[in-house]
Amino acid sequence: IVLNLINYKYSSRVGTSRRHAFLYIYMEQIGSNFHLTLVSKMAGADGDDSLYPIAVLIDELRNEDVQLRLNSIKKLSTIALALGVERTRTELLPFLTDTIYDEDEVLLALAEQLGNFTMLVGGPEYVHCLLPPLESLATVEETVVRDKAVESLRKISQEHSPVDLEVHFEPLVKRLASGDWFTSRTSACGLFSVCYPRVSSTVKAEIRQHFRTLCSDDTPMVRRAAASKLGEFAKVLELDYVKSDIISLFTALASDEQDSVRLLAVEACVSIATLLPQEDLETLVMPTLRQAAEDKSWRVRYMVADKFSELQKAVGPEITKNDLVPAFQNLLKDCEAEVRAAAANKVKEFCENLPEDNREQIIMTHILPCVKELVSDTNQHVKSALASVIMGLSTILGKDNTIEHLLPLFLAQLKDECPEVRLNIISNLDCVNEVIGIRQLSQSLLPAIVELAEDAKWRVRLAIIEYMPLLAGQLGVEFFDEKLNTLCMAWLIDHVYAIREAATCNLMKLVEKFGAEWAQNTIVPKVLGMANDPNYLHRMTTLFCINALSEACGQDITTKQMLPVVLKMSNDQVANVRFNVAKSLQKIGPVLDSNALQTEVKPVLEKLATDTDMDVKYFAQEAISVLALA
Amino acid sequence: MSAISASEKVDGFTRKSMRKAQKQRKSQGSSQYRTQSAPVELSPLPQLKDAPSTEQQELFTKKLQQCCMLFDFLDSVMDLKSKEIKRATLNELVDYVSTNRGVLVESTYPEITNMICTNIFRTLPPSDNPDFDPEEDEPTLEASWPHVQLVYEFLLRFLENPDFQPSIAKRHIDQKFVLQLLELFDSEDPRERDFLKTILHRIYGKFLGLRAFIRKQINNIFLRFIYETEHFNGVAELLEILGSIINGFALPLKAEHKQFLMKVLIPLHTAKGLALFHAQLAYCVVQFLEKDPTLTEPVIRGLLKFWPKTCSQKEVMFLGEIEEILDVIEPTQFKKIQEPLFKQISKCVANPHFQVAERALYFWNNEYILSLIEENIDKVLPIMFGSLYRISKEHWNPTIVALVYNVLKTLMEMNCTLFDELTSSYKADRQQEKKKEQERDELWKKLDELRLSNTNLFQNNSRGLPCVQNNNNNNNNNNNSNNDNQDKSAEAAAVATDNKDPEVKDPDVSVAASESTPCAK
Repeated sequence: IVLNLINYKYSSRVGTSRRHAFLYIYMEQIGSNFHLTLVSKMAGADGDDSLYPIAVLIDELRNEDVQLRLNSIKKLSTIALALGVERTRTELLPFLTDTIYDEDEVLLALAEQLGNFTMLVGGPEYVHCLLPPLESLATVEETVVRDKAVESLRKISQEHSPVDLEVHFEPLVKRLASGDWFTSRTSACGLFSVCYPRVSSTVKAEIRQHFRTLCSDDTPMVRRAAASKLGEFAKVLELDYVKSDIISLFTALASDEQDSVRLLAVEACVSIATLLPQEDLETLVMPTLRQAAEDKSWRVRYMVADKFSELQKAVGPEITKNDLVPAFQNLLKDCEAEVRAAAANKVKEFCENLPEDNREQIIMTHILPCVKELVSDTNQHVKSALASVIMGLSTILGKDNTIEHLLPLFLAQLKDECPEVRLNIISNLDCVNEVIGIRQLSQSLLPAIVELAEDAKWRVRLAIIEYMPLLAGQLGVEFFDEKLNTLCMAWLIDHVYAIREAATCNLMKLVEKFGAEWAQNTIVPKVLGMANDPNYLHRMTTLFCINALSEACGQDITTKQMLPVVLKMSNDQVANVRFNVAKSLQKIGPVLDSNALQTEVKPVLEKLATDTDMDVKYFAQEAISVLALA
Repeated sequence: MSAISASEKVDGFTRKSMRKAQKQRKSQGSSQYRTQSAPVELSPLPQLKDAPSTEQQELFTKKLQQCCMLFDFLDSVMDLKSKEIKRATLNELVDYVSTNRGVLVESTYPEITNMICTNIFRTLPPSDNPDFDPEEDEPTLEASWPHVQLVYEFLLRFLENPDFQPSIAKRHIDQKFVLQLLELFDSEDPRERDFLKTILHRIYGKFLGLRAFIRKQINNIFLRFIYETEHFNGVAELLEILGSIINGFALPLKAEHKQFLMKVLIPLHTAKGLALFHAQLAYCVVQFLEKDPTLTEPVIRGLLKFWPKTCSQKEVMFLGEIEEILDVIEPTQFKKIQEPLFKQISKCVANPHFQVAERALYFWNNEYILSLIEENIDKVLPIMFGSLYRISKEHWNPTIVALVYNVLKTLMEMNCTLFDELTSSYKADRQQEKKKEQERDELWKKLDELRLSNTNLFQNNSRGLPCVQNNNNNNNNNNNSNNDNQDKSAEAAAVATDNKDPEVKDPDVSVAASESTPCAK
């Protein structure tokens, strides 16, 4: 009966209402609740497991609640597994093929599942059974669903035997490529490259023809899809066809009327240039690339800037020297900030990859002047893009050039009005450090760093704090105590919690570097002093510091110096301090010896466990149980 | 893919600072001026009206050529004199083509279109504000507007001139021209889009050969907007034009037009910025339904498919559109969609957001809808009853409760017997539902066990099953309140204790809470 029910359901696309009506009749027929039957069936250990999953699936798949439909689709593999390969092929897949009108979210899950279904339909021999539902999914409107279907199709294409590929897969690609609505043609673009290498030469010729047609499709959506797959397709083609077919397509797409198509051709340019022998590049690729670098649309120029490093590697050192250096200079001076920022992002990589023989000379005479201008650019994104890479130049240019030419730029950016620029510089201090040494660095940059430690933007302060352990390690104890210690302590009473938190963490790292003795002399007294602060937030900071420091400081300091302070704070008026005392005790408990735990900690926790505040009680009880003091 | 990506690492930071920068430069905008050879200084030509009629044509051409010179408006002091000359000349040209007859001879068409193309066609600059929110942010205005406006004005007068001959102009105002014109609809400057709207409308009216092409390109723009970029400033304007185009469609509707409705207009409802063009979109949809009522069912099913799940503001718009559709629906069509539709409406009525609930309940103030409901009360009432009954007892908002009572009363008057039946079976039905829910839970649990026992065989499904578990969790929530307390972030708790402890009167508390929220858990 269940089977009939299923057949009925997928042979006619019944809406939910009719389904319910049908179910109702069905339930009347067997005179008991449908679900109950199933439940009891499952309860029986040797009930026929193969019967219920498909019923559940169908019921849930048609459920009005999308979430429930989604659930069953996501568990499709379980169901297929339970059904066995045969019934998955003959019942489940036809049913699913028929289901494709659902919410996009459900379809997305379906498209993803089907990509992993090969074993569930009986292995590579039967993998083509998965093609019909995926073909339908590859034609839906929603891009994410379609993309996922194509991804799954690409995946299972690998599991097709060469014969199956020609008999089942390639016809599907052809159908998609000549579909009426743009969605199927768009999807087809992503499938050519996966079947091309494994089919006969006649079929190959057909595939090339289809791709050519799609490259000149009259909907821009399809041309964009084709352009974005051009590079990938070129890679699987024989070199002769790359030269004869791909280049003409590339040239055509690169001069498309829509800039959204042209910019995708730039991406393809990288792959195509990699495939061609050096001597052909000049005639086949460079005219188009030059044109793209000076395109009237900033989007295309942006793309060139964005792909510059890849392009540079693809065309090799000679063309780089003659063509790309001037092109790069132009991009750095582009009239649109978007383009300048993209180019600025590539400054370091571009310089790194210049041919070593005259790298320094090219940088100093051609690139650095542009970089200098960008430091005072009017657009903050440009400056911040530059700031994120500019420090990298120091490794390339060496110590002397760095001190003479780059340091002034770093300093200027450290003082930039835009916090992001400052932040990017600080975050990259380590590469300069390697080149000029921390002494030199600290002399020239320290004043600026100190200034930033009090920056109005707390994220900038946070970034500085994160650099403290590194700086401290390299500067040594003395220098640190002299210049930076006060800063570190000041952060503990910052008015932003995130800074106070980072400051506590920073202290812990410093103690790990400088040792317990240093902590005992410099940090601990100050931290403990804050326990008497009138501001309860500062009192809590003491507790947080103790949490962080106890382990690094060791049992002795913790028991003798910290513990008394913590215990004393258990009488604090503010409940938050009290329950943090409980939390702290739980935290430092493991560092203490059992004597201290029993005689000092236990009574205090017991007292807190009877506190009037429920949170205090809760945490005290938790500490008691964790420390096993009960 | 904008310049922002590099700085996105620094969360939260970007937007504010960017907004600030934006504010300082708002009115500047960017112009089409690009590195060309530096503009030659313009020298004023004699007035057209002063020239003898034999020389007027030549002077007209000269002036058109003069207006092809472009200026940098970002630098407001550069070339002031020449800018003024061009402005005056453009004004004169506008005047010349709008008041004089017989000036549009064939030889001037290329010059005219050349001047127009040079001035208005350009790649639009990147938005100053990469996450420009058209609802909140001020648009960037076109800097060269003083000139561009006059060029648009000129183009419009040119098209509207009684001597204008589309048969000659079509050599210049061709597909490429239209394509470039359409791209300009993405302009952030509302003044520019407004001109473009009128101009495109005129072109659509005068150039029969371009109509199909224009529709197809608009189609492409919308599809790109929906499925690729989710960004296009001129959607509302294009829809407005389409509204009047649809109005003129001949019956029966071509398949192409129906496809446009179902595959473009309906999916447009999914856009994030729907609020910006919903009125125009709903107008287009209703236009279609007035032309061909048989489209009602697919349209409503389409809307139900894309019904917003989390955005109440959009839900209100959808309800508004549904009401507009119901206003023109034929009773036979109503019967076809009443079930799915009222299932959705019953969900809306029960929406905790009072604006959504209120908007849905307002349907009952509509005479025509009421008559439709009355005709089909035996179908509608059972669907609506559960939600209404529950809401009448549970909704937090007194206005909604009052509205619900009225609606219940209206429905009761329509079919008293059915109403009584539903009232008496309400409890039993709810229990039935609950039972079903439990059974489903059971089923999934069993299925889950099955999956677990199979994990060794097949590792592919890592996902849990959130929904079912949610249901279970609801019951546990109360027991867990203690655990919730431990999650209190120190900061939040600190603020709370403000009340507990009169001693804590630290201004720091509020500062800390507000400034550090992004970091506190």
